[in-house]
Amino acid sequence: MGKTLAEKILSNKSGVDAYANEIVVADLDFVMGQDGTSPLAIQAFREMNGQKVFDRARVAMVIDHSAPSPLEGVSALHHGMREFAAEQGVILYDIGEGVCHQLMPERGHVVPGDLVIGADSHTCTYGAINAFSTGVGSTDLAAGIISGKLWFKVPESIKFVLNGELSPGVYSKDLILYLIGQVTADGATYMAAEFTGSAIRAMSVEARFTISNMAIEMGAKVGLMEADQKTISWVRRHTDRPFTPVAADPDAVYAEVREYDVSSLGPQVACPHTVDNVKPVEEVAGTPIQQCFIGTCTNGRLEDLRIAADILRGEKVNRGTRLIVAPASRQVMLDAIAEGIIQVFLEAGAAVVTPGCGCCVGTHNGVPSDGENVLSTANRNFKGRMGNNKAFIYLASPATVAASALTGRITDPRDFVK
Amino acid sequence: MRLHGRAHKFGDDVNTDYIISGRHKFKTLDMKELARHVMEDLDPEFSSKVSKGDFIVAGKNFGCGSSREQAPLAIINADISAVLAKSFARIFYRNCINTGLPVLECDTDLIQAGDELEVDLAAGVIHNLTSGVDIPIKPLPPVMLKILSDGGLVEHFKKHGTFKFD
Ligand code: SF4
Repeated sequence: MGKTLAEKILSNKSGVDAYANEIVVADLDFVMGQDGTSPLAIQAFREMNGQKVFDRARVAMVIDHSAPSPLEGVSALHHGMREFAAEQGVILYDIGEGVCHQLMPERGHVVPGDLVIGADSHTCTYGAINAFSTGVGSTDLAAGIISGKLWFKVPESIKFVLNGELSPGVYSKDLILYLIGQVTADGATYMAAEFTGSAIRAMSVEARFTISNMAIEMGAKVGLMEADQKTISWVRRHTDRPFTPVAADPDAVYAEVREYDVSSLGPQVACPHTVDNVKPVEEVAGTPIQQCFIGTCTNGRLEDLRIAADILRGEKVNRGTRLIVAPASRQVMLDAIAEGIIQVFLEAGAAVVTPGCGCCVGTHNGVPSDGENVLSTANRNFKGRMGNNKAFIYLASPATVAASALTGRITDPRDFVK
Repeated sequence: MRLHGRAHKFGDDVNTDYIISGRHKFKTLDMKELARHVMEDLDPEFSSKVSKGDFIVAGKNFGCGSSREQAPLAIINADISAVLAKSFARIFYRNCINTGLPVLECDTDLIQAGDELEVDLAAGVIHNLTSGVDIPIKPLPPVMLKILSDGGLVEHFKKHGTFKFD
């Protein structure tokens, strides 16, 4: 019987011929934790009598969520991570290196066919480069760090066949927001999402990361794609580790197949307070916005910053609206500086902050005030997500956020895309 | 094992940001402190309303969103004995088993706010003492039962040194 991408990778890594709903214990290729989850994992590691990590070259800890530290309590947690990293010799990415999900592929820690866990729900991002990568909690992370293994229930798969061509001013972010609106926040719970079709093949690898990143917002465990020539050359630029891409069998069994033609899709906006509350931009255009945010593991990559800068170049952010930009990594920021993109942001009146999570999760770098509307390129708009439960968060593409920063209202970016 | 308490009801899609907000969880590993803020973005008075052993009762997709294990730990430390919902998000569900918080899938439409419940885990049934209705619980997969019966994943690892499911 044919296998899905998820069934293939979990079979390869467990040595068992595994199909959906079976339980396997599988070998991990890489294990990652960030500063919101690693401190508890370190505690669990000690409680489990962990002595040594399974392989120090395959464990990374990233200080990105609340970095640099805004508070004494956070500083103490960061200190504990630095101590653990030094003691065990694992990889540590300290403040200013960037968001964990940008760093894992960018630093070559993930290649096609890999099995990766991260103690962060958006670990599903690397599905875009053909890796089975999924989020876990701190205790699972500790077990993975000690043993290099974890148990998995092999998920059923839901396949999205995305054909057609995205129009100018419409991006992979609009597409994934639209799909989440269709499938709803729990429509793919416990499942693997597989994304395929000519629209995916036409996208850059960077744009594909945005789609896989948000698979969790429909409840999925992973957001997998096959590796094509673009994937292979992208990965080759980041590591020389050998790899074997994995493809789904033509006779693989899917719980559901959904086909879409993306050609008529317009820009989309997720409205407060759930990610599946998605509307075409026309329906919410004109909503006043006090804070705009461009960044995060969803849309903080070079291509995203470039799209935003093309709209902002030579213009000024609307009076009464703030624009915050957080490049996804130090490398992204360096490249953006070299291209003159950061200059464009600063001249437009933006506040450019340390590479990392920025104000995405409400710990620092721009907590909105009561009653304010925020338009963000992030992946979540839950009440209180950005640190104030009386603020209203809307999610959109970098183009929509940049255009809206200029007008001070939610704005259709198609009038601005040159 | 029997659990006894009252129901505190919530709706669908309660995410882990609502269970414990990022603005609190990044500050400390003190779970008693975090427990004071459980559910506060949905009900600011929640932690003061809970009596020991009470239940959180919710709709579908409870625990969606971030992977923070502070969510089940804060619930446990708020003296909640179990979470009952129509369905759970995957990472949260694993985290609960790993930390030893019973998560029970059942038809929560049969429970009203304030109902007095008795949960019989071994028999897989919830007795709604207020309405007199018995509600079946969806059984846990054997791997999860094994981890729960060892007392959570930390204890499982202490005992076996690795994953051990026979
Ligand atoms: S950028 Fe936001 S969503 Fe991504 S890892 Fe950081 S906090 Fe999480």
